Amino acid sequence: MSDFLLIRKYLFRRKLRAGLMLVSIAIAFLIFGVLAGFERAFNAGEDVAAADRLVVVNKINFTQPLPVAYFNRVGSVDGVRQVTHLNWFGGYFQEPKNFLIVLAVEPQSYMAVYDDQLAIAADARQAFVRERTGALVGEAMAKKWGWRVGDRVPIMSNIFTQKNGSRTWDFTIVGTFAGRKPQVDTNFMVFQYAYFNETQNLGKDMIGWLALNTTSPAANEGVAKAIDRMFANSPHETSTDTEKAFNKAFAAQLGNIALIVTLVVGAAFATILMIVGNTMVMALRERTREIGVLKTIGFSGVRVLRLVLGESVLLALLGGVPGIACAALFAAAMETRVGNFIPGFAVTPGIAVTAVLLMLLFGILTGLIPAVHAMRLKIATALGRS
Amino acid sequence: MPNDHLVRLVGLSKAFVKGKERIVIFDRLDLSIAAGDFVAVMGPSGSGKTTLLNLLGGIDRPDGGQLAVDGERVDRLSESDLARWRAGNVGFVFQFYNLMPMLTAAQNVELPLLLTRLSKQQRRAHVETALKVVTLSDRSKHYPREMSGGQQQRVAIARAIVSDPKLLLCDEPTGDLDRATADEILATLRLLNGEFGKTIVMVTHDPAAAKYARRTLHLDKGRFSERELAA
Repeated sequence: MSDFLLIRKYLFRRKLRAGLMLVSIAIAFLIFGVLAGFERAFNAGEDVAAADRLVVVNKINFTQPLPVAYFNRVGSVDGVRQVTHLNWFGGYFQEPKNFLIVLAVEPQSYMAVYDDQLAIAADARQAFVRERTGALVGEAMAKKWGWRVGDRVPIMSNIFTQKNGSRTWDFTIVGTFAGRKPQVDTNFMVFQYAYFNETQNLGKDMIGWLALNTTSPAANEGVAKAIDRMFANSPHETSTDTEKAFNKAFAAQLGNIALIVTLVVGAAFATILMIVGNTMVMALRERTREIGVLKTIGFSGVRVLRLVLGESVLLALLGGVPGIACAALFAAAMETRVGNFIPGFAVTPGIAVTAVLLMLLFGILTGLIPAVHAMRLKIATALGRS
Repeated sequence: MPNDHLVRLVGLSKAFVKGKERIVIFDRLDLSIAAGDFVAVMGPSGSGKTTLLNLLGGIDRPDGGQLAVDGERVDRLSESDLARWRAGNVGFVFQFYNLMPMLTAAQNVELPLLLTRLSKQQRRAHVETALKVVTLSDRSKHYPREMSGGQQQRVAIARAIVSDPKLLLCDEPTGDLDRATADEILATLRLLNGEFGKTIVMVTHDPAAAKYARRTLHLDKGRFSERELAA
């Protein structure tokens, strides 16, 4: 026998109670894992944003378009190393519920500006520039839909129509790309702006936004001001900011939902932990006499404290680890369903490590008061002998 | 009977405060118990029997006076030293056994040995010996709920002697048992005293139990009177 066996025996002494506490903790950490996964997804854009990248959008709202002519004018601003333009397509595959992130881009400049994020093979690069109806598909999206290079895929838009009235554009997949960092989401596709601009009948020669690299992050502020000054008092005034700020603002659109989710599940998490903590205190109070016996035998106060803390920490780990594992499985299962709307929704190793640290903290917090009480408990009082 | 004094109380005082009242249990109490003695302590409720055991076992502290066990001034030890001292020098047997319900008989007996540096094999050997002394070797894997009251008390005795303490303190060890079972337990205690040289102090209300002791002390209002009983 060892202290660990003693701790384990104490913990599972009342199996039903231990089981219920474990389930409660598992649920708490399942909630935590899912919440943290959502939060990570919402903030993933900020994590991958390049320090030297700026985004230029319409000052009214980033859903308002800008003239494509801005592309060349922005490229000529001092401090701009390279620039590209992008356009939201609002695509879906086969039916509207199969929402896809599809962007119309200028191929060469797009691949240059986002070279720090996207790994694209040389043959795919060449094909993308060459093929007017070609599309580059992210690995995550290709995997999800089972698409391969050479496949022809019809993609519909819920915003744009072609001149012939059709909402469907046919693309040939000319290559795939991967993320250079694990946080880079590849659940999207890009195709040639020229093909889009030529065929669509809504706002010709307009683009969604511009993305550019500056010569250095130190030049960001000056470049942003110069661009916005250049288009001041024009019909399409601009607002230029860092990519990080842009992504944050984009994510902030979902901010209220995220806040509500955070508050609701956070309250549930805290409530469950308090219930478990209270049960733990009660369980230890029932054991006052046995603590007295241990001390009578010669267990020191510090050793009794260690036993009680060990029990609460073991309880937290035994409940929390399956909970966070379930959260990871849940996220993996949901990835195919919500991946289009919340790319990057996953329980990462970082979240798992944070969860384990929280479990340790929870174990110590719930066990601390009864442990200190047990440590200080006078034997005569515990045995009812005073 | 050996003459060396294992336990010596000199001018021991103890009082409790209950509300605004101060209840004096012992006022300058003197007592000597020889090594190898088997002393029964009897007396009316509230006479201080349990307090005496608490003091002798180092689970309560005197307000004044001296308490020495085997030459060690127990009243001067710190809390942590007291815990260490209890582990090595005193075995306790309670009226209601106080076994850990989730541990087997062998695991209950092994508990005090977790405080020693003995190896797993050595601990196992000690446990087997202790259970053999109380004739419960065949019940080593049984849980307390699977044993009778008498068997549980024998496990408690095995737990008390497994670390080979010199002093055994028993608080009404037969108070929860029928006569026949009580006699078995008392015979075991007499065996431990006679064959293994354990010094035993046993608190009891039962005159029949006291007859197993070498001598009986009557405690009343914090004072002893002694009656020798036939062993």
